Amino acid sequence: MKSTWKLALGLASAITASTAVSNAAHAEDLTLCWAAWDPANALVELSKDFTKQTGIGMKFEFVPWTNYADRFLNELNSHGKLCDLIIGDSQWIGGAAENGHYVKLNDFFDKEKISMDDFVPATVVGYSEWPKNTPNYWALPAMGDVVGWTYRKDWFSRPELQKEFKEKYGWELGPPKTYDQLLQIAEFFQKRQIDGKTVYGASIYTERGSEGITMGVTNVLYDFGFDYQNPNKAYDMQGFVNSPEAAKGLEFYKKLYDCCTPPGSSNVYMGESADAFKSGQVALHMNFAFTWPGLYKDEKVGGDKIGFFTNPAGPKGHFAQLGGQGISVVSYSDKQEAALKYIKWFANKDVQAKWWSLGGYSCLNAVVNDPKFPASQPYASTFLESMAIVKDFWAEPSYATLLQAMQKRVHDYVVADKGTAQEALDSLVKDWTQVFQDDGKM
Amino acid sequence: MSLTTAHSVVAPSANSKRIAGAIVVGYALISIVPLLWIFATSFKTPPDSIAYPPKIVFQPSLEGYCNLFTTRTRQTPEYINALGPATGLCDATVRKRNMVIAGPSNFLPRFVNSLIIAFGSTFCAVFLGTLSAYGFSRFKVPLADDLLFFILSTRFMPPIAVAIPIYLMYRELGLSDTALGMILLYTAVNVSLAVWLLKGFIDEIPREYEEAAMIDGYTRLQAFWRTVLPQATTGIAATAIFCLIFAWNEYAFAALLTSGTAQTAPPFIPTIIGEGGQDWPAVAAGTTIFLVPILVFTILLRKQLLRGITFGAVRK
Amino acid sequence: MLDRTADNVARATPEPLARRIRGISDKGLAWLFISPTILLLLAINIFPLFWAIYLSFTNYRANRPNEAVKNLGLANYRRILGDQDIWIAMQTTAHFVFWTILLQTVIGFTLAWLIDRKFRGHAFWTTIILVPMMLSPAVVGNFWRFLYEPQIGLFAYVVAFFTGIAPTHVQMLSNVELAPWAIIIVDTWMWTPYVMLICLAGLRSIPEYIYEAAEVDRASNWRQFWSITLPMALPFIMLAVLFRGIENFKMFDMVNLLTGGGPGSTTEVASITLKRQAFESWRTGYSSAFAIILFVAVFGLANIYVKALNKVKQR
Repeated sequence: MKSTWKLALGLASAITASTAVSNAAHAEDLTLCWAAWDPANALVELSKDFTKQTGIGMKFEFVPWTNYADRFLNELNSHGKLCDLIIGDSQWIGGAAENGHYVKLNDFFDKEKISMDDFVPATVVGYSEWPKNTPNYWALPAMGDVVGWTYRKDWFSRPELQKEFKEKYGWELGPPKTYDQLLQIAEFFQKRQIDGKTVYGASIYTERGSEGITMGVTNVLYDFGFDYQNPNKAYDMQGFVNSPEAAKGLEFYKKLYDCCTPPGSSNVYMGESADAFKSGQVALHMNFAFTWPGLYKDEKVGGDKIGFFTNPAGPKGHFAQLGGQGISVVSYSDKQEAALKYIKWFANKDVQAKWWSLGGYSCLNAVVNDPKFPASQPYASTFLESMAIVKDFWAEPSYATLLQAMQKRVHDYVVADKGTAQEALDSLVKDWTQVFQDDGKM
Repeated sequence: MSLTTAHSVVAPSANSKRIAGAIVVGYALISIVPLLWIFATSFKTPPDSIAYPPKIVFQPSLEGYCNLFTTRTRQTPEYINALGPATGLCDATVRKRNMVIAGPSNFLPRFVNSLIIAFGSTFCAVFLGTLSAYGFSRFKVPLADDLLFFILSTRFMPPIAVAIPIYLMYRELGLSDTALGMILLYTAVNVSLAVWLLKGFIDEIPREYEEAAMIDGYTRLQAFWRTVLPQATTGIAATAIFCLIFAWNEYAFAALLTSGTAQTAPPFIPTIIGEGGQDWPAVAAGTTIFLVPILVFTILLRKQLLRGITFGAVRK
Repeated sequence: MLDRTADNVARATPEPLARRIRGISDKGLAWLFISPTILLLLAINIFPLFWAIYLSFTNYRANRPNEAVKNLGLANYRRILGDQDIWIAMQTTAHFVFWTILLQTVIGFTLAWLIDRKFRGHAFWTTIILVPMMLSPAVVGNFWRFLYEPQIGLFAYVVAFFTGIAPTHVQMLSNVELAPWAIIIVDTWMWTPYVMLICLAGLRSIPEYIYEAAEVDRASNWRQFWSITLPMALPFIMLAVLFRGIENFKMFDMVNLLTGGGPGSTTEVASITLKRQAFESWRTGYSSAFAIILFVAVFGLANIYVKALNKVKQR
């Protein structure tokens, strides 16, 4: 018994000691929170320069996309001190600003002569401003991102496939410009034998738990005529969210899912979608632009085997879903000064240029408007074209609730075969109306 | 049919034993396959792990374990060739995939968190539980039955339901994402189990020992210390292991109330990803390391298991 | 050795206090021993519970601490009970609880009954069978996602091997019909040993002389099973069902990692709905009301059940 007590005492003191040591060792380090993805690894590389210059060490907390919003919104709402810097998703900005999670950056920008005019306008509105279109900045645009497509250039350029395709559909096999073309290509490749392997048409977002299927389906919805609200009357959604045209868009997405995706594609987001393309399973692949540098470098499907195209145009417009994030200072952090130093360093033009070369998407005009930019990488021009047509989800403080509703309604219809597209969107209007009523906005 | 050969006075016939044995062994083998698969996957390379058909025979590799403990970045072959010779097995392994080790992963700190929180809360729960169990066992406590039931009823709550107010309370107290907060919470959850189990164990220790000790001039406290505790050692050890297993395996509270500093292994392991999707060999490696202590405990505990899982309701 | 420690403790403390510790009355000691536990439970369980009850009558949202909190009366409760999605989640939970308990009881009892033959090596194989239930449902549930993968997963491959269905068609997690069974299979795999262990205790508690008497009466084995084995083991089976029922009603970790409630909402059990409302939509007041409803439901059902259990025991 005596030894048990000794053991317990020893254990207790060891615990205290180890926590004390680990706290002391990293007192000056900054922790940056972001999603676990390729650009985050590039940022680790990039940040080594910051540590060299300032002596401030960097620690990173990266969480997979499917847990990212969940984990970090929880962290912010619990007023935790884990993150000093956070690269938070574009839609969080409203809630983070109104609830004081982020430090407002206007004074800092003025002092350090950082001008938001130097950044791509869409990214400033999307990642920094709340309320939207007012000069109130809560983040520095850090990573531009937008949904686009990649295709298997090598398969598209096979003469026998080109011939067969032309005979069947009456037009040259190439990157699709419209959704009909996209569907035809996907149908054409679905379950085709290529080099002794069964391949499939397209891999698209269908993830249920976080934001996956919404980030996929909105691309199509926008182009078919869906709008979040009456452009002339805020929060008036009836007939805009659930217009018959929007329902057609949703039907299209289901058609694409039912006909042309690989088996077991019911829970696909960025990682899974990229994996499907990388393993040579699909001809077309929807994903955020951040995946392109990695895919281009891939030994199996990269190089001249891969091509890029912007989201096709629909009957009512031509849009692409905005992704990407700004970098913010967490107001609960004890090291805000050092964190601001990091942002100042990050806004530097040379750092931004290196950021782009390492695989991050810089939002600095000086980088993307450089005449050499479109030719700097094979996907650079597609990225620029896509960034010119972006549209984002609600960035309201209630964004998470709005997103949850959309995830449920769309997934229930597209993947779980429940009800019709019109019913799904009608229910969505009801859900969203409830949210805005609870918020006192309607 | 073997059903008709149920219990007889004499031992079951050799034949019925053989059939029963075959079925049970068959079930055991099938039910252990997923665990063996986890173990095997942890020694596969990522391509082997997603091969079709699933590979049963494969060249073992430590890549999963390397990936579990490191973070890596992809580099061009030129860059890697320019580096000096690899500095270790893991370095060499990841370089074959055109990657370099960027630093340690978060697995080790999360594992240490698991150790601290599980052992800390177990110690507290068993300590409090022993005292209360003795109190309930030996003294007439007013409303004892109600109190005991109240202690048990705290286990009826769905963890998410408990987590909502705890989340708010911890936010006010600054206990969010701290080891102390998690230890307190796990102690509170475990103490109900500890009280019930230990009360059963202490009830079984005859009062005569203490009474004899008290006649010898010991106080009640000394008698408790001298006679009851030594005899309850087995029970205390078994209870401790049950508390430990709960705290070790717990997911819901950990996922909702911790985000990094005090996060334990269960919410962390499912978030281990490679390039793109989940890095299954690394996940399997983490799972294997995480499961081994529990496997050992299960074997140690098998005689006490029944009592533990039924809150002492079944004692045999 | 031990009393020495106690003496040391007493000697090290100031004399009046030591006398007080030594001379503490039994009643005082009882409260001294019990109160820390009660205090802890009051702080970590009861106080939060009352807080949750209070919140359930408000529109409070944890992600907007600065917003004024309005008292809504019973509006949250009314909204939950009238919400069709909540009822669907409850049905999903009921389906899950019913089938897992049924399967686990049938398989668990059968196994216990077979192990009770005491064939050679039964202790070893019993230990092997017990292993899954000791593991973390989250960590193992996560791994089952891999086993269930169409094509590359072991499960699909085994099914394909025995049935000839193409392994790409065994889409356990993405098929609306199959997903509810995917979670039932994993839960059954994990927890059948639990039911088995309790049933085994039940079977072993049946005194041998009852069977001897039955043998004398020339009761057939079949009859012995139905009139002795099963009724006498019944309280144990019911106990196992009670524990499994409560646990699975609360089910969160395994399902959350395996399907996350999908595809669509086909496996969205009550706890997942609750988590989404509470920690993703941050409707704290609303979800508190839902939590209270769930708590009352478990508590009520368990109480009714315990009454039935006691009746069976008395028989």
